[in-house]
Amino acid sequence: MLKRYPLLFALLFLGYAFLYLPIFSLIIYSFNESRLVTVWGGFSTKWYGELINNGPLLDAAWLSIKIAALNASIAVVLGTLAALTLVRLRGIRGHKSLGVMVTAPLVMPEIIIGLSLLLLFVAMEDLIGWPAGRGQTTILLAHVTFSMAYVTVIVQSRLAHMDTSIEEAALDLGARPVKVFFAITLPMIAPALAAGWLLAFTLSMDDLVIASFVSGPGSTTLPMVVYSSVRLGVSPQINALATIIIAVVSTAVLIAGVTMYRKELKAQRKS
Amino acid sequence: MNDWLLQLNNRIRTLVPGKGLIVGAPWFWLALFFVLPFLFVLKISLAEPQLAQPPYQDWIREIEDGLITIKLNFGNYAMLWEDELYRDALWGSFEIAAISTFFCLLIGYPMAYAIALSPTHWRMPLLMLVILPFWTSFLIRVYAWIGILKNNGLLNHFLMSIGLIDQPLEILHTPTAVYIGVVYSYLPFLVLPLYATLVRLDNTLLEAAADLGARPWKQFLKITLPQSVPGILAGSMLVFIPVMGEFVIPDLLGGPDTLMIGKLMWTEFFSNKDWPLASALASVLLVVLIIPFVLMRHYEQKAAEELK
Repeated sequence: MLKRYPLLFALLFLGYAFLYLPIFSLIIYSFNESRLVTVWGGFSTKWYGELINNGPLLDAAWLSIKIAALNASIAVVLGTLAALTLVRLRGIRGHKSLGVMVTAPLVMPEIIIGLSLLLLFVAMEDLIGWPAGRGQTTILLAHVTFSMAYVTVIVQSRLAHMDTSIEEAALDLGARPVKVFFAITLPMIAPALAAGWLLAFTLSMDDLVIASFVSGPGSTTLPMVVYSSVRLGVSPQINALATIIIAVVSTAVLIAGVTMYRKELKAQRKS
Repeated sequence: MNDWLLQLNNRIRTLVPGKGLIVGAPWFWLALFFVLPFLFVLKISLAEPQLAQPPYQDWIREIEDGLITIKLNFGNYAMLWEDELYRDALWGSFEIAAISTFFCLLIGYPMAYAIALSPTHWRMPLLMLVILPFWTSFLIRVYAWIGILKNNGLLNHFLMSIGLIDQPLEILHTPTAVYIGVVYSYLPFLVLPLYATLVRLDNTLLEAAADLGARPWKQFLKITLPQSVPGILAGSMLVFIPVMGEFVIPDLLGGPDTLMIGKLMWTEFFSNKDWPLASALASVLLVVLIIPFVLMRHYEQKAAEELK
């Protein structure tokens, strides 16, 4: 293939270069002694040291991790239910409207989601007194709303391509539907649930725009701290933070990818 | 055949416990936190701003017991219509979204096609390489371009050291930088759906064409490209719609002359504290985006049907 379409694969390679050049530049310059991008002042880990002593940034990171983990767990449950509806309950009431409601957050500009949720929270507080003020709760509610849409897409494609014969066999043998779901369906879609959880987690960790609208005093998330220091220009501390995030994410994705790849190879060999 | 499908469908339905809860939980969540809020945006867009907390005056007010007045304020919409700034911003957003979608296609299509043509065991790793940047922070990836594009940044440094230019090019804080940032950030959104379409294309037609002596380039134009049109259109909307409301990229990479509606909304809301005007802007953007959204749903379904 490579020989048949040399131009095509050259373009693919250029595409990867475009995708990875900025990422590598961040990693390299996070170890730069000098503050300037163009000057190499020697290898140094001093920016990592400054990062560890940056109290406000660490507090924000911890808050973001807490919200992201909670968000991912709720989003996986709701997203899985939505995916079950879309794949297996065709024709049930609310099927079509759910399909539209779950696709729209994927493309809806964040700035609209943020503003509209803030106005809702203000009105709700006025009417029923909950959620009281803006802070972690409102950020969590907002994040679940858009991340469950992504979870739905992932679980939906898994459910749609799943072999249903085992489930049917269990039903024929008299197992109750609830039992079948927990004993067979759930383990079979588990990889999709894990991928959905991770994606929901990173989406929440990454959100600046929506959180800026619905957060309150005392609930500053990591992207908000990053944004305010990045607005002033290049900051080596942020390069160090970026390198840490990239390292964690690529390790997680690599482990997940290799595990899934091996499983697939095994399955192919068996069949 | 149909009977058999119906039976299967009914049987699968019984596999799922507690149907009401399954549909109900996500349905009500999205109705409450995604659909209902738009009504509040519409409502506040007709309100009058005031210096208070919250900074708008409710247009339904109870003066005395039971006596309710309704005072609508269309001034926000009138202002959007009359002030050129807002029209320019809407047009600017459209221009940037449309042109960047085109460039995403130009770069993304060959990538998706190359991955679809590569041997089966290569595809997963190659796709993962496209997805991986998407998993690392969006904000930080946009920020990375500041260091590359600024006057004393990496790109200018490189171009001057190889003697291509004498003076640093001014790229950061210009529309060019915004285009680069947008194409860079949204490229994976287009590669993935395109790959999904291309990898499942019917190869028999291509083989027939090759047997009849068609050249590869002609095979592509006459067979592959037309077949992938629904995938192209669905994927393009996946880029176009969110870029229309983009804030982070024009804010960090664009300059004062980069007018985009998302950035303007942010300023109206956070700097000017004009919630009603920001809501009016959001309403206009929402209405504008309905058409591409409907198109996207249509072509997504069409692409899915063609694959069956």
